[in-house]
Amino acid sequence: MKSMWNKIINKYGYPKVYIVIFLVILIITAIIQRQDIPGLFRDSIVRIGMNSVLVLAMVPSIASGTGLNFALSIGIICGLLAGCISIELNMTGFSAFMTAVVVSIPMSAVSGYLYSKLINKVKGDEMTISTYMGWAIVSLMSIAWLLLPFKSPEMIWAIGGKGLRQTISLAGRYDKVLDNFMNIKFMDMNIPIGTLLFFGALCFLIWLFMKSKTGAAMLASGDNPKFAEASGINVDKHRTIGMVISTILGGIGIIVYAQSYGFFQLYQGPLMMPFVAISAILLGGASAKKASISNVISGVILFQMLLTISLPTINKLMPEGNLSEVIRIIVQNGVILYALTKVGGSD
Amino acid sequence: MSTQMELKNKKEKKFNILNILVQNSVPIMFFIICFAGIYASKLNMNYILNELVLRLDRNLLLVLSLIIPVIAGMGLNFALVIGAMAGQMGLVAIKLLNVGGIPGLLLAMLIAVPFALLFGLGTGKVLNKTKGQEMITSLILGYFAMGLYQLVFLLFMGTIIPVKNPEIILPGGVGLKNAVDLKFIQYSLDNIWKLNIFGIKIPMVSILIIVLFCYLIRFIVKTKLGQDFRALGQDIHIAKVAGIHVDNKRLIAITISTVMAAWGQIMFLQNIGTLQTYSSHEQVGMFAVAAILVGGATVSKATIGQAILGTILFHILFIVSPNAGKNLFGDAQLGEFFRAFVAYGVIAMSLVLHAFQKRAMAKQKAEESEAQMD
Repeated sequence: MKSMWNKIINKYGYPKVYIVIFLVILIITAIIQRQDIPGLFRDSIVRIGMNSVLVLAMVPSIASGTGLNFALSIGIICGLLAGCISIELNMTGFSAFMTAVVVSIPMSAVSGYLYSKLINKVKGDEMTISTYMGWAIVSLMSIAWLLLPFKSPEMIWAIGGKGLRQTISLAGRYDKVLDNFMNIKFMDMNIPIGTLLFFGALCFLIWLFMKSKTGAAMLASGDNPKFAEASGINVDKHRTIGMVISTILGGIGIIVYAQSYGFFQLYQGPLMMPFVAISAILLGGASAKKASISNVISGVILFQMLLTISLPTINKLMPEGNLSEVIRIIVQNGVILYALTKVGGSD
Repeated sequence: MSTQMELKNKKEKKFNILNILVQNSVPIMFFIICFAGIYASKLNMNYILNELVLRLDRNLLLVLSLIIPVIAGMGLNFALVIGAMAGQMGLVAIKLLNVGGIPGLLLAMLIAVPFALLFGLGTGKVLNKTKGQEMITSLILGYFAMGLYQLVFLLFMGTIIPVKNPEIILPGGVGLKNAVDLKFIQYSLDNIWKLNIFGIKIPMVSILIIVLFCYLIRFIVKTKLGQDFRALGQDIHIAKVAGIHVDNKRLIAITISTVMAAWGQIMFLQNIGTLQTYSSHEQVGMFAVAAILVGGATVSKATIGQAILGTILFHILFIVSPNAGKNLFGDAQLGEFFRAFVAYGVIAMSLVLHAFQKRAMAKQKAEESEAQMD
């Protein structure tokens, strides 16, 4: 029994095992409380789809050796900007969504490339610097959102006639275009097949890329930079590639998130978003040095189910205070903290 | 011959001035920004100075508490938040005991100490496990601790911890209210002796206490313990070889910082007069770190002078930026965003510079060892 426990811990790591146990307890509690179980699962699936691409964006950066991408907000901002542009062009429906995605890619690629130039010069301190760079850029962009010359009355403040709004509604634009695509009803549940397919396609592309020659070289340079350098791989170049792909996925990720959520959140909206994605992938069993697609899938499922199910269940157990939010903070940061203690110690 | 010497001297002198300029580029830049901000804000100088004294009184002790971990080579202690929480626990305790005025303040400081010691040791333990990644760890640890803090104050108060005082407990009987009134200790230090110099009110006792803490830091740095800290800061490996108990000393350094942060937060709230139970501590770490960096400190070097200068500059920026933003761009919010950008940006920049420096030093070391091998 004990050896089996150790085996499981070794295979999946403490966070994943404990969260699975916690989740099972939550589900049992929910059943006892006669919560709307199909409804909870439906909400979970919607939220899994919503967050999936953002979590996937962590894979290339971790695999290429730049660590957890705390500066994912850079990609997110590029995505938001592209989304605003598509509304400004007065487009609607699926074409508007695709335009936003297509416009975001070059912007993310350029900013990811520039950012990787910096990150390649600060090896070993990437995570601390990324965090503050991400926050600094979010604040800088907050100024930009106020000043950018967008004209669409849907997006700018009604009073004053300039500056983008805090939240921009996508209703009538491309609200839920992916979620409603090929939407099937299964046991009275609306499953957002479109979003999940889109996520699956991106996962497949990343998986394919990892199998390619460049991808293999990127993995090698992330795994053991010195060895990679010795065997003739240009480590910096492959770190750049990882960062660029991560930033692009961040941009696409926020557009997917927004179409499901129904709003773009500007200004301080992207500030803490990287943290959510990071803790999801870490919960899936990734570390600051190793990550795979399966980590993304299991991580996003676990984390989002935890958030969705804990809200009504725990609030019913303890109506006072906001315990489920407190649990989110503790789990989210506890997981990151655990991963950091595993990285360090090497002095 | 002599002219040559003179030339050389001159060159060195010039080089020196340039060097000083480069070394102090951050504070110089902020001097310029501050002056521009003061000019653009069109605020009255008297108002700015009064606000500045107020903010120095509130924040300086928190900023000073960053110095010792920096000297000990642990970088900037973003986990200052945790110390601030200990301070707030002291304040909640005196609110419950209903002890006001100076005795209340002293009691709060006393009650905060065991909490701060405990939290400091905990922080140190975690940071010892993550050598080389202290700053990101302390940041995340701060967030993690905020979660635990909410758990205790929002859910354990009134349930596990029997607190009944309706003045601070939510109507449901569980959890602390969002805002706890601290009027009964507000200005208790500041108002003991207030000097009025050209219309600027200076709370002398608070300033004296801060000066006392400056001397305390200087004293600690000069003792054997301080020497060990400095040795750690210079090179952890050499320190280890020299027989310094590395992990232990790091624990002590972070604990001193945490206790000072707890007292700093008490001083801060003593002046503000209201405890925002769930948000007073949130930004403490970031603002203190940004302030000391503006003063020219780096991840590996910080002095009392830099802390004071930085706090002055950073808070002038705080005072003037909403008005400056309004006057320049017609939007006060813009100034606030600029302020946030400055805080985050200065931290990011100095982290980058530190990483560059580390890299250059590693290169130099590698070259030296290669030269020795030859």
